Amino acid sequence: MSNNGSINLSDFLNPPPVDQIGIEERVARLNKRSIKKNSKLSALKLALSMIDLTTLEGKDSKGKVRQLCNKALHLHDSFPDLPNVAAVCVYPPMVPTAVECLKESNVKVASVATAFPSGMTTLQTKLSEVRRVVRMGADEVDMVISRGAFLRGEYHLVFDEIASVKEACGEAHLKVILETGELYSLDNVRLASGIAIGAGADFIKTSTGKIQPAATQPVALVMMQAIRDHYFKTGKKVGLKPAGGISDAKTAIQYLVLLKETLGVEWLTPDLFRFGASSLANDLLMQILKQANGVYQSANYFSKD
Amino acid sequence: MVTKEKLIDFNSVWEYSPAPESTDHVKLDDKYDLFINGEFVSPKSRKYFWTENPATGKKIAKVAEASKADVNSAVKAARTAYDKYWSKMPASERSKYIFRIARIMQERSRELSVIESLDGGKPIRESRDVDIPLASAHFFYYAGWADKLDYAFPGRKTRALGVAGQIIPWNFPLLMAAWKIAPALATGNTVVLKPAETTPLTAMKLAEIIQEADLPPGVVNIIPGAGETGKAIVNHPGLDKIAFTGSTVVGKYIQKTLAGTGKKYSLELGGKAANIIFEEADLDQAVEGIINAIFFNQGHVCCAGSRLLIQEGIADEIINKLKNRMETLIIGDPLDKNTDIGAINSKAQLKRINELVSAGIDEGGTIYQPTCALPKSGYWFKPTLFTDVSQSHRIVQEEIFGPVLAIQTFRTVDEAIEKANNTPYGLSGGVWTDKGSKVFKVTKQINAGVIWANTFNKFDPTSPFGGYKESGMGREGGLHGLLPYVELI
Amino acid sequence: MKKRLEVLKTYKIYIGGKFPRTESGRYYLLEGKNKKPLANICRGSRKDFRNSVVAARKAFSGWSGRTAYNRGQILYRIAEMLEGRREQFVSELILQGDSAAKAEKEVNISIDRFIYYAGWSDKYIQLFSSVNPVASPHFNFSVPEPTGVVTMIAPEESGLLGLISVIAPVIVGGNTCVVLASHSKPLCAVSFAEVLHSSDVPGGVVNMLTGFRSELLDNFSTHMDVNAVIYCGDDKKEGKRVMENSSLNVKRPHIINTKDWTKEKAQDPYQILDTQEIKTTWHPIGI
Repeated sequence: MSNNGSINLSDFLNPPPVDQIGIEERVARLNKRSIKKNSKLSALKLALSMIDLTTLEGKDSKGKVRQLCNKALHLHDSFPDLPNVAAVCVYPPMVPTAVECLKESNVKVASVATAFPSGMTTLQTKLSEVRRVVRMGADEVDMVISRGAFLRGEYHLVFDEIASVKEACGEAHLKVILETGELYSLDNVRLASGIAIGAGADFIKTSTGKIQPAATQPVALVMMQAIRDHYFKTGKKVGLKPAGGISDAKTAIQYLVLLKETLGVEWLTPDLFRFGASSLANDLLMQILKQANGVYQSANYFSKD
Repeated sequence: MVTKEKLIDFNSVWEYSPAPESTDHVKLDDKYDLFINGEFVSPKSRKYFWTENPATGKKIAKVAEASKADVNSAVKAARTAYDKYWSKMPASERSKYIFRIARIMQERSRELSVIESLDGGKPIRESRDVDIPLASAHFFYYAGWADKLDYAFPGRKTRALGVAGQIIPWNFPLLMAAWKIAPALATGNTVVLKPAETTPLTAMKLAEIIQEADLPPGVVNIIPGAGETGKAIVNHPGLDKIAFTGSTVVGKYIQKTLAGTGKKYSLELGGKAANIIFEEADLDQAVEGIINAIFFNQGHVCCAGSRLLIQEGIADEIINKLKNRMETLIIGDPLDKNTDIGAINSKAQLKRINELVSAGIDEGGTIYQPTCALPKSGYWFKPTLFTDVSQSHRIVQEEIFGPVLAIQTFRTVDEAIEKANNTPYGLSGGVWTDKGSKVFKVTKQINAGVIWANTFNKFDPTSPFGGYKESGMGREGGLHGLLPYVELI
Repeated sequence: MKKRLEVLKTYKIYIGGKFPRTESGRYYLLEGKNKKPLANICRGSRKDFRNSVVAARKAFSGWSGRTAYNRGQILYRIAEMLEGRREQFVSELILQGDSAAKAEKEVNISIDRFIYYAGWSDKYIQLFSSVNPVASPHFNFSVPEPTGVVTMIAPEESGLLGLISVIAPVIVGGNTCVVLASHSKPLCAVSFAEVLHSSDVPGGVVNMLTGFRSELLDNFSTHMDVNAVIYCGDDKKEGKRVMENSSLNVKRPHIINTKDWTKEKAQDPYQILDTQEIKTTWHPIGI
């Protein structure tokens, strides 16, 4: 940080190097945590509460979005004391539908924006899209960074773009998608995390879900370390959203272990951690019921929306 | 940037429920006899000692204590086995016996892991993921050498030494047994092995496995006991070779005792390794490396990175991260799958750790321990850091063999290397830097037998291990690990 | 006409690249055939020894840091210088009681032995190194490195060839050393030090003392800044003593009891390995 306390890009341009093998070893070690009994049940419920229930397909319809919102509001009504998911995440044209369905609830509406998933359009178009979804009632905006600019080394461009989008968001929360599957190295993930955090991201997010690999635990761990370093330096908490490919309860719990042992219990909240997922909710529900009544479950008993 | 110390709350919410490894799969007897000449025999001494679970202080089993007369019988059995079977057998057959041991160990790995943790106090995660797999891998590696020795030393053939007396420590009981027995058998020697008195059980299980593998009687003899038994082995005239892993004090005694006897010996002794962190390193991984270097196996590791040298500009940041990381260490029941730090191996070892830590405080060091609670019964010690210490402090000079790290800072590369080498020991060292050329420069200049660069406490059967200076002589593991067990002809 | 008066040589010791007399001021008389006095030889003291170890330690980092190629060149240079002074060595051996033929042969083999070890300088590391295929994503390799400061009680019976046969493998491997020359055949040892001095061998790499075994044996084997000790001879008591003393700081003791240094078996790369330590280095393989 510069002396006058304002944030400059240069503060984030020389992050510590990341050792891939070390990161993978750390993840492997944390994956060995054995989460049983009560701790498993509370983890499952916590994970459920952190889900951004997502549908991001070209064939999405209002009907599909309404179904999804219904699912968000009625996860499995026959089982008491289940938390809500955190948000429903949709394409911009679907924002009004989602806002309408969820207006009586505390489930947030998140919208992807900035020419998701590629980000291949002008800044002006991106900003007007962001302003539009916010105006339509989106609580949260999931933007993508310009990977092309990043990989060309034009970090200032990436930084400025995020800062502009943040400004355009107004009160809405900004999640910045790094699309780590296109960044190629953990060093780049670390650098991009710093740039996004520096430019004002409320959350940093791994992936659009449209590119493989989507979220991986090593990538998430590196992003957590970037968040932690920022916290150590400034006291400010930035959230994390791994998205794409997290479809079972076991993996979700592994992410929560990574989170708890890297950023601590203050991050164990939907305010600072989200899963971008669609099928994860049902697997969590099946596991919760298994924990409660001791019987392995079948997918046929859980609504697929 | 100056980092202010900031401790994150890691524990107040979502504590992990207990996840104990079940013990019902484990078969333990109340009493273990000596394994001599392929059979379990009661000791001529008629003496037994208790081995206890250091996590609870509870007794587990009675174990026979080998007297001088028992050592005699074992050496005699090993000599007969050498003359009659082992030296006569085609090397390829010898090889297959050793492969067999490796395989049975793999099959029984879960049982062996649980017993290792019960008897020694180490976390089940380590015995399950490190000790036991590495032990069987060690047999697997050396098995293949048995019929390929002609290729090991260019221009020379090898000849077995005869009967080897082997004395192992309590920190990696089964793994150390494997490190000793596997190369000895592969090179054609027979063996009399003494496990440590606080951790004899997996060695006795290994005896069962050797029986199950149908090795000719007497090729491996396992005779528990304490210092007196060890002394009887070292002084026994019927042995051709002594292999010892343990303290430098005892190592020196052995070296002195064996002077003029013509017996070959190899020694793997103490250490006080420096772990050097340069400012361009991956700091988060370096912190993991520091944790792994000193808290692995409760710090009961001769190659532990017990001295931390941090480049001045990143010292505050590293120490802050280190303290945070220590908050996440789970200390407790060794059989719990989530335990990171288990019990101190024995009452005596706990006493020594306490003594040196007190000395550290008395000499002006600043101590730091995380907020964790310790179990009520058994032997425990919190992971510990010392700052404000210098080269002249006892805790910087002496091997503590516990979870205690002494932290110093440095400015230049030369200063780091000088401090790292300023010790009579030379077993291991660590270097953390993202700069490739620096890795080679610094690793070359550290006078130690094993150097981990951007990693720490890694082991592999193919990788030679052993010390410079007072950390011992000879190598265990790899091609070089054959040399202590052969004569070159 | 009167014959020209011969200029006699003063036989001095060699410490840190200099030729002092012993600090003790003591000497012993070396006699040739028919009790003919040959020279007053320095009776080196424990202080001379102590100074030698300091010099050897000081020279270690420089010498061990030389490239293998450079050490090979210097060892070859030693052989060249020996060759140039062969007549002197032959005559010294004859003075010490050898026949002309035997002396000639010993000098020849001595020169060739240095050539032999010079050639090993950039090969023994390849021979004794390994890349170890560990079962994890790490690059792992083991290489020999010099043990450090080595003391040597040189062979008593073989004043040149025996001496050279124990020094060469030690210094080609990057160690520095302190040598106690043969008590009864010290002339060639001192002359050899002069050869070293004119062969680009840095001062302190080889330090040559003359004197009494019985007096210096304990110092050679107890000194805490010495990493290995080589004892040549068949005296069981002395050998045992050296090994016992070595345990003080876990020195590497080597007892060499070669009877015939002229044999080809008296040279091999495993003698280089005797004063080497194997260092294993790990590094992750990643991106």
